[in-house]
Amino acid sequence: MLSIADLHVYYGGIHAVKGISLDIAKGQIVTLVGANGAGKSSTVRAVSGLVKSCTGSITYEGHGNILGKAPEEIVRTGIALSPEGRRILPHLTVEENLQLGAYIRNDTQGIAKDKEWVYSLFPRLKERAWQAGGTLSGGEQQMLAVGRALMSNPDIVMLDEPSLGLAPKLVNEIFAIIKHINSLGKTILLIEQNAFAALSIAHKAYILETGTVVLEGTGQELLHNPEVKKAYLGG
Amino acid sequence: MMLTPELFIQHFFNALALGSLYGLIAIGYTMVYGILRLINFAHGDIFMLGAYFVFFSTIAFMPAWLAALLVAIALLIMFTTFRDKSKATPAWYWGAQALLLGLAGYYGFISPVEFQPPWVLAVFFAIAVTSACGIVVDRVAYQPLRDAPRISALISAIGISFLIENLGVVVFSGLPRAVRQPDMLVKPIIANISAITGNADSVVRISPMALIVPSVSLLLVSGLLWIIYRTKPGLAMRSISKDIETTRLMGVSVNKVIALTFALGSALAAASGIMWALRYPQIHPYMGVLPGFKAFIAAVFGGIGSIHGAMLGGLILGFIEVFITATFPALSGYRDAFAFVLLIVILLWKPTGIMGARTEEKI
Repeated sequence: MLSIADLHVYYGGIHAVKGISLDIAKGQIVTLVGANGAGKSSTVRAVSGLVKSCTGSITYEGHGNILGKAPEEIVRTGIALSPEGRRILPHLTVEENLQLGAYIRNDTQGIAKDKEWVYSLFPRLKERAWQAGGTLSGGEQQMLAVGRALMSNPDIVMLDEPSLGLAPKLVNEIFAIIKHINSLGKTILLIEQNAFAALSIAHKAYILETGTVVLEGTGQELLHNPEVKKAYLGG
Repeated sequence: MMLTPELFIQHFFNALALGSLYGLIAIGYTMVYGILRLINFAHGDIFMLGAYFVFFSTIAFMPAWLAALLVAIALLIMFTTFRDKSKATPAWYWGAQALLLGLAGYYGFISPVEFQPPWVLAVFFAIAVTSACGIVVDRVAYQPLRDAPRISALISAIGISFLIENLGVVVFSGLPRAVRQPDMLVKPIIANISAITGNADSVVRISPMALIVPSVSLLLVSGLLWIIYRTKPGLAMRSISKDIETTRLMGVSVNKVIALTFALGSALAAASGIMWALRYPQIHPYMGVLPGFKAFIAAVFGGIGSIHGAMLGGLILGFIEVFITATFPALSGYRDAFAFVLLIVILLWKPTGIMGARTEEKI
């Protein structure tokens, strides 16, 4: 459905992503695992059109090569990103943040339905619907960022570290929700530092190190790979 | 000198009107600043254009009016469509451009048409064309510098301001022109206030404009707030002011929303310019400079970035000017200085302004 070939990303003089190739099949959960600076975020930012200097190709079924398109065009093709650091709008209410997520849509009824759906996934957000985003706790902001990405009714949802800074109980919850969203037919590209949880739910996984893919396989394969165990799963 | 109740009421309405006019201009400064962190120094000149456009469309010969409209439409099409360089420009686009500019030339210079539009139509036309000018200013002066250091855009702002003023001298001529005021706006409203003073012959005279200006301003500001807080483009505007990148991720075309911001701000400035010209019936190409500076001060005083603050700042400035000159007539020669004293005071005492939020950097 989405295939990235030989992607290079540069920030000034820094070569952050050095020729990554990924394949994401429809309906799968694909995860990118790796340490800080491995190039995970740069990869999804490139897919979303947020990176200015990158080369390679990103082929999206039905849309051809989408590399070089503006972020506002990418989201219209059906790829949504819940960005690193949550990036919710602190002065807008929860409700308004979700409405902004649905900015590209005009089907009032569909938007209302999806909003109720997001609220049913994250009941905490419903309780805080009229609160400013900035007053939410970190975990709630994370839920809002995921919910906002879903509001554009995307085919592919990219989640950049959705478990970062969350209480352990919430981490399990958010992974359960990711699985649930996937079961509804949405393709998911998941970036995680919590390698164990990510590999457990992933159909396919890529291990990134310093801007290149060092290992790839199914989630289960990598979960039992001795090297992965040693480097990412604490023995 | 003590103010009598009669004088107080008269000055009160004068101050309210002047303050509303400042407030309307100040909103344009504050909106653009809120989104681009840029002081649009050309805003005072946009105010001047509003006054001139209504002057030409009601009083002077009509060909210029029609020509200007056609040129404005041509420019608007040119600047808003087919920015996608990957696609070939269709032939009808050049055809439409040629037709519009040709008609503009024909009616403007070759065969002027005599036509006097109704007054209300002229006002709406002037506001629309001024809005278009605001968008053009953004396109030519600020959009190419979006990613440049902020000081470059500021210099560009000052440049475009001088350009508009001097272009005004060339096109409109530098001689001040008298604006014809409709009779109904001149004849003062006389009200007996003996009930308040107890004195049988205490009468106040209030210019109708002193009542119309605050009412129209209130209406316009309510409309603006409705757009900003109740519509989708308004949501995008509020979002851009905090985080452009994330807003783009949500599918918002930032340049279109910025164009809308300039259009709305310029429309309010035009409304202010038109009412200014009707209240102080003389217009000249530099008429926007001082009100522009004062409105900028009003925006800073109210807290730059806040629309409520801009309106409040404008009103306070209007009251300060009117009441200081009324109470101390000896100081009336310095009336233009009050605003600048206010600026110095507010910058020393509370640089974020009355309603300005302290910017928080949260990680």
